[in-house]
This record gives sequence, structure tokens and C-alpha cells, in this order.
Amino acid sequence: MVSAIDRIELLRLIEDEDAQLVDVLPEREYAEAHIPGATNIPLRNLTSQTVSALRRDKPVVVY
Amino acid sequence: MSPRAACRLERLGFEQVYDYVTGIADWKAAGLPTEGTALAIQRVADATRPDVPVSTLDETIGDVRQRTLDAGWEESVVVDCDGTVIGRLRNNAWEADAETLVENVMESGPTTVRPDGPLHPLVERMEKRGTKLVVVTNPQGRLIGVLLREEARRLLTGEPPELIWKDCDGCPGQWKIQPHPRSAISNTPNPR
Repeated sequence: MVSAIDRIELLRLIEDEDAQLVDVLPEREYAEAHIPGATNIPLRNLTSQTVSALRRDKPVVVY
Repeated sequence: MSPRAACRLERLGFEQVYDYVTGIADWKAAGLPTEGTALAIQRVADATRPDVPVSTLDETIGDVRQRTLDAGWEESVVVDCDGTVIGRLRNNAWEADAETLVENVMESGPTTVRPDGPLHPLVERMEKRGTKLVVVTNPQGRLIGVLLREEARRLLTGEPPELIWKDCDGCPGQWKIQPHPRSAISNTPNPR
């Protein structure tokens, strides 16, 4: 079940649970500005291969 | 876009998936740092200091005046119980009787700016109007800090933030969060 979160919860997940941030915007938008530490996997490229480096035992936050 | 991405991640077997719905726009609006080529543009957040004295409606001018002067400031930002900016105390307000309540002498509804706006045009406007200080809030109107024109001007001329804000906890140059080590797992080359 996907949970929608706000900024406060996001910061908590990063600090307390070592959450992984995934920016699903196109590469150009990611290049212009992204949250520090975010990985860029554009929505159209979101496949089992491109997410293989993400850990499954940690939270994943998309934006 | 992100709800679809979140669903797809779930289908790919991830069990702890969260959707930061408001995304980078909300992040920037809160004055939090970003990485990327857009960094070349200085933003209001880059010159915003959080240490301005605050006060509430039910305090007396005498108490707030003392606290404000002790902190080396000439004005105080009035906030309500959840930190929303509702007024300013400055100039003539300080001349009121010490027992006067803040709500009776504050300037209501002060002009505020957002931390993600470009810095240079704001400073230009402030110089044109003779404005020395502007209050910075998030989109919900909650206080983030204040921007002092002279400090912002120094930053724009290239002076390092650590020289402008020397003894100020949480001021520019000292408050930005560290990049998260998770970037090491990126499948896309980091543009920096």
C-alpha cells in the first residue's frame, strides 16, 4: 500500500530509516534541480532492471 | 507522475513505498537545498536568517522590547500558535507603554516572500523602496526567517556566507542539510 507523505515525514524517513529517494521526473528536470541524494529513474524507465540497485529492505520515496 | 511511479514500484515487489506528492516544488518552497545546474541562481533562502526574535499577541511590549534589544535586533516578528506570521513590531511600536499588548500595536499582515524566489530581483526591489528587512515564510505562511537587504547584497557581490553570518546558528552557510549518501546507487550519471 503506497502512502502519500508530506515534507516532514520525508525528512523523518531520510533521517530515521535511511529512506531512498527516487526522482521520477525526466532527466533534464532532474539535472536542473533535485533533492540532495535523490536517484533519477524517469517514470518511463522504471523497470525491474533500473530499480535493481535499490534496496528492498529500506523505504523508497518517489517524487 | 509520482503516484504512477509508486504503484509501479509496488508491482515490482517493493513493500515500503512512499509518495512525496508535492515533490521538489514543496521542497524548494520550504527553503531546503537542492542539487543541480539551477544552483547557479541564488535564491531568497540563501540569504535568510532564522534567528529573528519572535513574539505572540498576548505578550506585553515591555517583555518583547527587552528580549529583542538583548538579542541585538530592532524588530520582532509576531506569530500565532502554529508559527504563522501575523505581524511585525518595529519603530513606533516600541514607544508604547510597557504593559501594552503586542496585538494592540503590531503592524498587521506584513509583506512576506517565499524562500525559493530569485534573490537578485528581490534585493533590487528592496533597494528601490528603501526596505531593509523582509519576512520569509513557507507557502502556508509560517515563519522561516528574515532577509536583511545589506546581508543579501553582500552575498550577491560574492562575499562568502560564512563571513557574512559569523555567529548565527542556522544562518546561511551553516544550515544546509548534507547530501544523502544514497546517490551512490544512481543508475543515471550525476550531472555534477
